Amino acid sequence: MSTAVALTHEQIEEWKQPSRGIVGMACLVIAESAIFIIFVVAYLFYIGKSLNGPTPREVLEIPWFASICLLSSSITVHFAVLDLRQSRIGRFITWLATTVVLGSIFLAATAMEWYDLIYHYGLTIRTNLFGTTFYSLVGLHASHVIVGLIMLGLALVFGLLGKVNAHHAERLEVVSIYWHFVDAVWVVVFTVVYVVGR
Amino acid sequence: MLVSLQLLAVSPDIARTAHAFPSRAAHWVSHVGLRFSSLIFDQPAGSIFAPQATPARSIFSLSLLVLGICTVIFLIVAGLLLFTLIRYRHRRGYTQREPAQIYGSTQIELSWTVIPILIVVVLFLATARVIFVTQTAAKPSNALDVVVIGHQYWWEYRYPKLGVVTANELHIPISDTKQPRPTYLTMLSADTDHSFWVPRLAGKMDLIPNKVNTMWIDPEKPGLYLGQCAQYCGVQHAKMLIRVYAQSPADFEAWIKQQQLTAAQDVNVAHGRAVFEGNACANCHTISGTTAHGAFGPNLSHLASRDTIASGAVPNNAQNLRAFIDDPAHFKPGVLMPAMHLTDHDLDAVTQYLLTLH
Amino acid sequence: MATQTQVIVNPARQRGWLDHVQDWVTTVDHKKIGLMYIGYALIFLVIAGFEAILMRIQLLVPNNHFVSPQDFNRLFTMHGTTMVFFVGMPILFGFGNYLVPLMIGARDMAFPRLNAFSFWVSAFGGLLLYFSYFAGSGLYGAGTAPDVGWFAYAPLTARVFSPGHSTDYWTLSIFISGIGSIGTALNIVATTLCMRCPGMKLSRMPLLVWLYLVTSGLVFVTISPLTAAQIMLCIDRYLGGHFFDTQAGGSAVLWMHFFWIFGHPEVYVLVLPAFAFANEIIPVFSRKAIFGYPAMVAASVGIGFVSLSVWAHHMFTVGMGPGPNAFFTFSTMVISVPTGIKIFNWLATLWGGNIHLTTPMKFAIGFLFQFLIAGLTGIMLSVSPFDWQLGNSYFVVAHFHYVLVGAILFMIFAAFYYWYPKMTGRMLSDKLGSWHFWLFLIGFHLTFDFMHIPGLEGMPRRIYTYEADRGWTLLNQIVSSGAVFQAIATLIFVWNMVVSYFKGEKAGPDPWDAWTLEWSTSSPPPSYNFATLPVVESRRPLWDRKHPEEPDAQYE
Repeated sequence: MSTAVALTHEQIEEWKQPSRGIVGMACLVIAESAIFIIFVVAYLFYIGKSLNGPTPREVLEIPWFASICLLSSSITVHFAVLDLRQSRIGRFITWLATTVVLGSIFLAATAMEWYDLIYHYGLTIRTNLFGTTFYSLVGLHASHVIVGLIMLGLALVFGLLGKVNAHHAERLEVVSIYWHFVDAVWVVVFTVVYVVGR
Repeated sequence: MLVSLQLLAVSPDIARTAHAFPSRAAHWVSHVGLRFSSLIFDQPAGSIFAPQATPARSIFSLSLLVLGICTVIFLIVAGLLLFTLIRYRHRRGYTQREPAQIYGSTQIELSWTVIPILIVVVLFLATARVIFVTQTAAKPSNALDVVVIGHQYWWEYRYPKLGVVTANELHIPISDTKQPRPTYLTMLSADTDHSFWVPRLAGKMDLIPNKVNTMWIDPEKPGLYLGQCAQYCGVQHAKMLIRVYAQSPADFEAWIKQQQLTAAQDVNVAHGRAVFEGNACANCHTISGTTAHGAFGPNLSHLASRDTIASGAVPNNAQNLRAFIDDPAHFKPGVLMPAMHLTDHDLDAVTQYLLTLH
Repeated sequence: MATQTQVIVNPARQRGWLDHVQDWVTTVDHKKIGLMYIGYALIFLVIAGFEAILMRIQLLVPNNHFVSPQDFNRLFTMHGTTMVFFVGMPILFGFGNYLVPLMIGARDMAFPRLNAFSFWVSAFGGLLLYFSYFAGSGLYGAGTAPDVGWFAYAPLTARVFSPGHSTDYWTLSIFISGIGSIGTALNIVATTLCMRCPGMKLSRMPLLVWLYLVTSGLVFVTISPLTAAQIMLCIDRYLGGHFFDTQAGGSAVLWMHFFWIFGHPEVYVLVLPAFAFANEIIPVFSRKAIFGYPAMVAASVGIGFVSLSVWAHHMFTVGMGPGPNAFFTFSTMVISVPTGIKIFNWLATLWGGNIHLTTPMKFAIGFLFQFLIAGLTGIMLSVSPFDWQLGNSYFVVAHFHYVLVGAILFMIFAAFYYWYPKMTGRMLSDKLGSWHFWLFLIGFHLTFDFMHIPGLEGMPRRIYTYEADRGWTLLNQIVSSGAVFQAIATLIFVWNMVVSYFKGEKAGPDPWDAWTLEWSTSSPPPSYNFATLPVVESRRPLWDRKHPEEPDAQYE
């Protein structure tokens, strides 16, 4: 029959592999990162190359408040996951709601910034290379924030309806990985656009 | 070996013993054999193995090294593969249930990792040398400057220091070892990507809008060198042909002097000239000494001095010229020059006029 | 995972053809999805092959008028785009979908619904591309199918040079199918890392699974740059952006960088699965374990990583300067080392074996010879000065067809002959297989061996015709003649698959006496793959069962 290296019954029972959801989300994060890297490279490449029009230094103000909101929302969603895992549903809902609010503040601030740039400074996506690369990069990030908020919002709605319990903690963790990714991308975009590019 | 292959193919013995083959097949085989040998011996117009200038020559020498190494590798590995297939092929008398299972050998793996690495190092060093020598060559002070501008689907050549602007046929002086006079090409594009490739003179260099590239050529022998655009640029990419005329210094000077003259003003073709200036021709073309200053199309001041029109597509004669003006799409469908819809009378007149522009 | 659903079936109700269609359209079973990918790819293989034949007829004589210049330019664009995105990718994802769960002892992929979604999205992309032929000329009357070449260089793709919507069909169809590709790759990674049967440590996975893991990881960082570049192109064309607008200071070379950062690893995405098939087929028909499993894993991973650093060898003539030219020459040469290791390991597997030249093995041997040659012409092209002559010429076209047809397609044919019995329960006819092999081999070599020569004589690619005085005519005719053989051989192959489905010899679970888990199921496998999940103790679980006196487990 088999040799001494056969698996014991206990070993078969203990056979553990990583969580599918987390591996899947990690893969998505890698793919999306590659997309963002290309937009960041284009942004960096075109710094200072616009032939005309407003320059970053003239029109950009560092979005301190919005960034703090967005980055704190990573902390709040982390606590939401921890509390859900320990079945503290009330606290989970509070943290999750805070996350959604903070993310929405970030979006609103971005919208206000764009309104200003378009109507006050006349900077649009077609104005010059700065306009093209700025709206593309920041817009791509904002669209990912929107998707993240939709997912978090759905989780919040289900939570408020009383349908979420500790068994769903891993699924929320998967969503939170996406949210952490969105925040990490903002750190890069912020540095490239508002620090290096100015 | 290639010559003997050719001889073999036409040997009457083979023709006799190969009675099973139709004689046409034997003919065809001999054609192919001839074709192979001509690659090396007759040197077709665009062969990269027939360099006539330094850049092409240094590439040729490097290519011999590369081909040599690759051939040796191929013979060894393919030979081993063939041997293995024959030696270890399943035979009817095979008694074992399965052959010995060999899972690997670190020593062997190391050897066929280290040896390829060494080959790569040698090949890379040889290559790097040629790259740097070609691309960082210092420009001699007497080099001829030519600006090449790629258009859809024609070539513009400007000689900035000599005040000459022409199209489609590049004239340059030869450069012999005693008195080297290379031609430095500055390469620009007016629209999409193009590529300047004349295999006997040099490797190709692309013409990219909003980018300035440079290359140099130094043909040793006078003659006509053929090439064509090598980067897909649109509908008529295939007909954006290149003709480089390498001339002796004296012939080149004569050509320059002629090109520097204002365009001929023959009174006999005044009506044709009026047709040219009065129609849309003047919007796109320049003829020096007239009111035509268009820059979109080729400069026609010395059109009659060229051997071909439409960027090498057809010979330059009255019939072709007339047909081209009447309907450029006849020769080059998709070309950007519109059909001029001239009356027959005007068409004849303007053709006659252009034919005087030597 | 034992949720039971009660399905109430009325035994008196016949299953009509509509039920079958619904079954396939709504399936989430990896095997059915795999077969749909493969079937879909075969249809496009025939269409794109037909496009190639039209081109070869046009190039039979100089200044031919068989198709117009505009039509020829559309043909080479569609041929390349179809073959890469709607033949190569789907067929390789199809085999991966079918085989990976079976080989790791799983019952399905990690995300079955994502699997189905990815297939249908990719399929839609292909249909969208071909819809361009029907979609009419739009307001500009500027043509239908895209004609910008499969790599769509800027600024040719700008609105001003490509009016109308043909370019947009190119952009959007590939963008959409890219979403499907990323979905399938995600599924393969998650399945491989999370659903292996007990005992199957990563170091015991079949090499096919390893290679699909590396391929899928590569897909994430390969397809995404193209997706990003296509978004930028759409922004340029429709929102007035200037990413590649040279008039506004934009860079045409930037598109090239982005495209080839995708384009080069993409060809590795296409070739690694071919290696995967070779790793399974060559050992079985040599009757020996693969030589140097750890080295093969390391080489595969190495190829995946190095392939990300070679892209600008497609841009040697663009004017990057000596530094970048030298760097990319070096990195391209470096990738030949792990690739060579794989060839040598296959050779060592054959050595000392008992080689059975079945139809799959014939194709695998063809693959070995041809991949060797393709790799060597690749080394020649990596020498950038040599590429200054040969780049963008028919030498390059010959080189990459040598890889795509001579290596990848040959190995795909081998995979068909090897796994068709498992998928259908019937053997493909060996006699027809022999005809297929020899005819295709002759046609392949007639076309692609001789195709190198016009390149060496100055013939550039993507030209709808050529001049009579260049001496390329006879060579083009030989090249075109090979296409006829390949077409007939392919038709024989399709015929073989159809006829054998109904009349082929019954295969049984393990017709080849092979060693990986898929051969322990029935042919075709039941929808749940394994009644009880297998437990494995070595890399060749079926070898262990068949040779209990000297199992692999002893030697690892």
